[in-house]
Amino acid sequence: MSPKKPFFWVLVAVIAVFLVPVLTNNVSLRESLLLAAIYIILTSNLNLMIGFTGYVNFGNIVFFGLGGYIGLYLVTAGGLPLVAAAALAGAAVGAIALVLGLGILRLRGAYFALATIGIVEAIQAFVANFEPWGGATGLYLSFQAYQALGGPREALWTVYLLLVAVMGLSLFLCYAVKNSRFGLALFAIREDEDTAAVLGVRTPLYKATAYSLSGILPAMAGALFFFKQGVIQPEQAFDLTLSTEAIVMLMLGGQGTVTGAALGAFLYEQFRGILLTSTVFSSFQLVIAGALLLVTVLFMPGGLMGWLHRRWPRLRKVLE
Amino acid sequence: MIVSRSQHNTNNKLVFRPDGEDHPSESEHEPERRFMLGLFASMLDGVLVGAVYGLAASGLTLIWGVMDVINLTHGAMVTMGMFGVYLLFTETGLNPYAALVPVAALGFVAGVVVYWTAVHRVVGRPPLMSLLTTFAVNLMVIGTGTILWSTSPYNVDVNLPGFSLGDYTFTGNHLLAALAALIIAGGLSLFLGRTRLGKAIRAVAGNRMAAELMGIPSSQVLARAFGIGIALAALAGALIATLFPFTVLSGGSYELKSFVVTVLGGLGNPTGALAGGILLGLMEGGLTPFITVSWIPVIEFALFVAVLIAFPHGLFARRPRR
Repeated sequence: MSPKKPFFWVLVAVIAVFLVPVLTNNVSLRESLLLAAIYIILTSNLNLMIGFTGYVNFGNIVFFGLGGYIGLYLVTAGGLPLVAAAALAGAAVGAIALVLGLGILRLRGAYFALATIGIVEAIQAFVANFEPWGGATGLYLSFQAYQALGGPREALWTVYLLLVAVMGLSLFLCYAVKNSRFGLALFAIREDEDTAAVLGVRTPLYKATAYSLSGILPAMAGALFFFKQGVIQPEQAFDLTLSTEAIVMLMLGGQGTVTGAALGAFLYEQFRGILLTSTVFSSFQLVIAGALLLVTVLFMPGGLMGWLHRRWPRLRKVLE
Repeated sequence: MIVSRSQHNTNNKLVFRPDGEDHPSESEHEPERRFMLGLFASMLDGVLVGAVYGLAASGLTLIWGVMDVINLTHGAMVTMGMFGVYLLFTETGLNPYAALVPVAALGFVAGVVVYWTAVHRVVGRPPLMSLLTTFAVNLMVIGTGTILWSTSPYNVDVNLPGFSLGDYTFTGNHLLAALAALIIAGGLSLFLGRTRLGKAIRAVAGNRMAAELMGIPSSQVLARAFGIGIALAALAGALIATLFPFTVLSGGSYELKSFVVTVLGGLGNPTGALAGGILLGLMEGGLTPFITVSWIPVIEFALFVAVLIAFPHGLFARRPRR
């Protein structure tokens, strides 16, 4: 990607915003942006499936949770450094997703969506029974693990920077896929799968590849996030609510657009922060998320970015 | 040995508790005989509960079959049924089984309202749209329920006398719930086959445009079908409330069970749903004595995904749809 493309500067600007807490040494801002970065990672990768390929994946959180488990297991039992563990977690989850994808992507539309819900439940129930991973009590990180990164305080900053890097990669992946032949094939599948197949798109392979691609970076983010938490348990790792919140964010920002997915995730995180700190609204979080989603889907199916694009068509070229 | 409702664990399985002390003069074959009896009792219990699963799933599958919408408000509506019967029972002292009638009526009204607000505009559009709108309603209902009742457990305190078999006692609640589920499912079948509205629903499911050309107001018919589907979910919730303790979030797990049942029985096939439910219950009951209860969901959902891939039209499909 060259600096001539507008997207290059969008990416630079986004990362610059996320580096503000590093420069100002502001810990509370870091925690807020860390959550935003995770939301952006989840939403951007979900976008590959929902926005580009047109397949609703209710179980995108499986990648995040499995990545967390594999990463933490490699750190605790294998004694691997964090970066290697996260990379391996990403690779392992990508491979699992490819195999799984070749199976479940024979299903279309709503059948596929149902299968993804089944997968979350099956994997969560399996992990809760899987003794090497601590079963229902989960895995705990020993305090020594942070010493390798120069103590807990430094470790938190390192994890944050790594997460920002994964977020940058997610945005770039989205952009790269959108502007490739592969992406074009995915769009064709989204519009009309049978026609795409007739025109020579190898739909099963492409769909499974998209599914697998959408798993790698969330898995790395999961490994990093649960390393930061120091503990991973089945309920937190495979939280179906977070999975569906990611869908809300994606629809809000605009499915199928790179910047829309990120914008939706960022706004939702900020919005959620306000709701949670307000005493009146903290219990209404789900109700408001639901109402937002309903209004978006019914009246603004293109999301915020879709609305902006229709209002100012020239923006299409700048904010992809 | 009495197994009462309070001894159900969180997964709603009967707790299997063999007791040797009460029978000092056990013969050599006694343990085997007792085990077989226990297995039979466990499976019978599974069948009774499975009939209620089937009832819940029939609502989901009716809506799917008629308008190609996977109703993600299903779990929330099962929860509403549970709390409906709970509130009617505790506030007005109405008999929980008599409360089924107002619960069904309220469920129907709620369904019609949900149809016109969230579903009407997305029928016939890509599945993403209806999945998301019904999911949005689900979030709102569950969110409101959490505010009103938190997520602590409730139960409807009725105990009807039943009979015992080996180490199990079947309460009258289980028998009556299964009976009610069978009657309602039978009624649904008669309604779809014999009544004018039932025939209209099937006509719209078959071909909406042709039905419209024959003078059937298809939107009205779809709204009523959606209402009936929600009423069935609420009825199933009400029956479950007489069997097990429940929370606001319980509906979610029955929604998942309904998906499994629907996939076993065939999406869009209300009569298959009852068979699928009984099959699921039989499987749960049959597996309980052999494996740790927490492994059952693993098997259940792995089976769900496998059946979905291998037989997307269900195990009991008479002819391939679509």
